[in-house]
Amino acid sequence: MSDTLAPPRRPGTSGGRTTPRGSFALRLFGERLSLLVRPRTLVVCLALTLLSALVLVVSVSVGDYAIPLRAVPGAIAGYGERLDVFFVQGVRLPRALTAIGVGAALGIAGAVFQSLSRNALGSPDIIGFTSGAATGAVTVILVFGAGRVAVSLGAIAGGLLTAAVVYLLAMKNGVQGYRLVLVGIGVSAMLGSVRDYLLTRAELTDAMGAQIWMIGSLNGRGWGEVAAVWVCLALLGPVLLAQGKRLRFMELGEDTARGLGVSTQATQLTVLAVASALTGAAIAVAGPIGFIALAAPQLARRLTRTGGTTLVGSALMGAALLVVADLVAQRALAPVQLPAGVVTAVIGGSYLIWLLYTEWRGGRA
Amino acid sequence: MTTPADAASRLHGRDLTLAYDQRVISQDLAVTVPDNSFTVIVGPNACGKSTLLRALSRTLRPARGHVHLDGRVIGSYPAKEVARRLGLLPQSSIAPDGIGVADLVARGRFPHQGFLRQWSKQDEAVVAEAMEATGIADLSERSVDELSGGQRQRVWLAMVLAQQTPLLLLDEPTTYLDIAHQMDMLDLCAELHAERGHTLVAVLHDLNHACRYATHLIVMKEGAIVAEGDPATVVTAELVEEVFGLPVRIIDDPETHTPMIVPVDRRAAAR
Repeated sequence: MSDTLAPPRRPGTSGGRTTPRGSFALRLFGERLSLLVRPRTLVVCLALTLLSALVLVVSVSVGDYAIPLRAVPGAIAGYGERLDVFFVQGVRLPRALTAIGVGAALGIAGAVFQSLSRNALGSPDIIGFTSGAATGAVTVILVFGAGRVAVSLGAIAGGLLTAAVVYLLAMKNGVQGYRLVLVGIGVSAMLGSVRDYLLTRAELTDAMGAQIWMIGSLNGRGWGEVAAVWVCLALLGPVLLAQGKRLRFMELGEDTARGLGVSTQATQLTVLAVASALTGAAIAVAGPIGFIALAAPQLARRLTRTGGTTLVGSALMGAALLVVADLVAQRALAPVQLPAGVVTAVIGGSYLIWLLYTEWRGGRA
Repeated sequence: MTTPADAASRLHGRDLTLAYDQRVISQDLAVTVPDNSFTVIVGPNACGKSTLLRALSRTLRPARGHVHLDGRVIGSYPAKEVARRLGLLPQSSIAPDGIGVADLVARGRFPHQGFLRQWSKQDEAVVAEAMEATGIADLSERSVDELSGGQRQRVWLAMVLAQQTPLLLLDEPTTYLDIAHQMDMLDLCAELHAERGHTLVAVLHDLNHACRYATHLIVMKEGAIVAEGDPATVVTAELVEEVFGLPVRIIDDPETHTPMIVPVDRRAAAR
């Protein structure tokens, strides 16, 4: 073997920096506590939080009955003119809080599904969960003619059942990403034709109601919905965050992750169950709002540049996207109220296309 | 059932039945990895050598029998504990888009980290040393995407080294590399074995490479171990013909004086 063929090896040179790029270590109590801090991620998360808060205040203030911005904080706390307080506390604040909660739940769940399937299309929209929930809800509306709570339960049942079926069909020596997406597309198509059949057999008014539910909307959501989605987030969110690092390791390949000491099957089952429950809760509260779960994780990872899934970033991005989309839905064609689901695709889609376009133009190939 | 040889071995398996779902690959397999050896597993395609390596690394749970690591059944350790004793370089891994070299190597520290201990000075030093040992210190600021196949394989190996495990299991570490990078990788493995005292187990395709580098050779055929020991005594023309169905001559490798396999020219015999 000629020595010249071997790449240069220079023992003794240690110019390389070893702390992960863009991060620094925060060490306290003499090494007993060492945290890895990433300023860019912190800034992005902070900015998204501020954006959501700002849009929340704006959407509470604007409307056919406008409330001056300076009166908003008082009205939120319950002081000021009675009509202000009524609109803020009774109508607009719960609606905006629901939007933020639903957006966060969809964003974080979407990040989990995409990470597990190692596929940017692996969101609950594509893998059949949303379709299952919609079919469950439409069945309840059209066959049983039941009220909102029953519709929500029907949506959750339909979604979980479909997720389980897709998961079982796609599973062979663990879950393979493309199989999950392909099986999901197939099952979604079948469920779509079931829904279409039900709609053709329904009374016109029932069919209208079902159709509106299927677009997803935040119209008329109150404190009950706020409680439902935020309790789910508070209980299930931390479970996902605790598994976040393991999830990123599984993106290296299953054997590699196991070699590094990740119990891949336990992680997979835990996060899949929790993410499904969060998606179910979001759909039960607001209907199948499209595109947030697909776009938010992609936007978040591009903004934070972590080269992997960012769960917190995805949740905050989802929240910001939906609360902005709902504001637009309320005001774009006022007094006509659009369903938020119509707007999410337009806003999230154009933002994602713009990001991809600049990325590809930037020649990162 | 423990034989005297096992007592001296940190990693061994007994009565192993290895299977994927219903498809049985190996039955009643007994394997011992001698401590401080550079063990190489060879055999024809689909003979079960990678499957055996997966069982030894706990990536595959045996249908029957047990693999023992440091005196305990490997499945009885917590996952992270295994990863502090035994490192695995699988056949293929996926580098996330845009991940940096140092970031990827740093992931090897996972089994030593916890919620309150995310990035200690020791982590930093170990990662630097792993990159030094694999000759990629100069690449630390680069993205893994930009690297050549040979460089990439070194990055993955550095990640496994950062786990600081006495045992290293490598599944076909030279596949997809050109001959210069293959030798480079094997020299690196030999260095890890001889100078850093790692016990290595590698699955290799090339018999000549195996003979050159192995201190202990395991030859497999159809899921069973048919021969094992020092390559110089184990490798014979009869064995190679029996295992691979290929008539060969064994000559002395002029460089290393290990057995060198030269296939018989069947076209000449037919003429």
